[in-house]
Amino acid sequence: MKKRDGILIGGLLLIALVLFLVMQRGAQPGGSVIVRVDGEIIEEISLEEEGTYSLNGGTNLLRIENGQAWLLEADCPDKLCVRQGRIYRTGEVITCLPNKLTVTVTGAEESVDVVM
Amino acid sequence: MKTSKISFLALSIALAMILSFVESQIPVFISIPGIKMGLPNIVIVFLLYKVGAKEAAAVSMVRVILVGFLFGSMMSMAYSLAGAALSFCGMALLKKTDWFSVTAVSVTGGVLHNVGQILTACFVTETAQLLYYLPVLMISGVISGIVIGVAGAMMVKRVPGSF
Repeated sequence: MKKRDGILIGGLLLIALVLFLVMQRGAQPGGSVIVRVDGEIIEEISLEEEGTYSLNGGTNLLRIENGQAWLLEADCPDKLCVRQGRIYRTGEVITCLPNKLTVTVTGAEESVDVVM
Repeated sequence: MKTSKISFLALSIALAMILSFVESQIPVFISIPGIKMGLPNIVIVFLLYKVGAKEAAAVSMVRVILVGFLFGSMMSMAYSLAGAALSFCGMALLKKTDWFSVTAVSVTGGVLHNVGQILTACFVTETAQLLYYLPVLMISGVISGIVIGVAGAMMVKRVPGSF
């Protein structure tokens, strides 16, 4: 492997690391989750309100408990969204690409839109 | 185009499609959409070095379209097309400069594939928040790019590709 290869690969990793740190900075426990389907906000639920919510006409089942949110069930074939686990910090997101559905955590007072 | 070349490219497409299928059967442990090994890229890297950029681009596109029809959906095909196109452009440009080894070219391809996919997903779902995945996807692209690059370099060295 040549020296230039190392620089290129190192550079790419550095960019990823910087992006990661920028996104982590200012991430704090969020206040509510915003559910979007196809980019349209269909619901905003406070992380305080424990319960199970049926989203998007029943394609995905959202659970909120102890200030954390996760998807219990989904009708998509890969179930990646269910396996993505729990989110609670601002900017964190669960995605169900087959249903074009996303769940994002936002801040308590005002919506922190994009973390980048 | 010589008959031998036509059949060689056809075989390459078949191999890339099989690798796509094999890849789809390997469970991924990180459940972020878009993370995968990129096995078909071995074929593309090989063609890029041994046969030519035009041929490699054609095989890459045909493979994505056929695999999309066979195993995927229209949506997954759109993601893959964007990823494959961006990845190929990056690899072809980098190869042309002749500054980097096969591994670095493959790493760039892996990263750009993921970048292309996530950008398409952002546009399709109109949710910029998906960029949250970008760092993880870039790192996964680097790792799989190194693995694929080492394998691709071996093929470039050992398999004759002239007609």
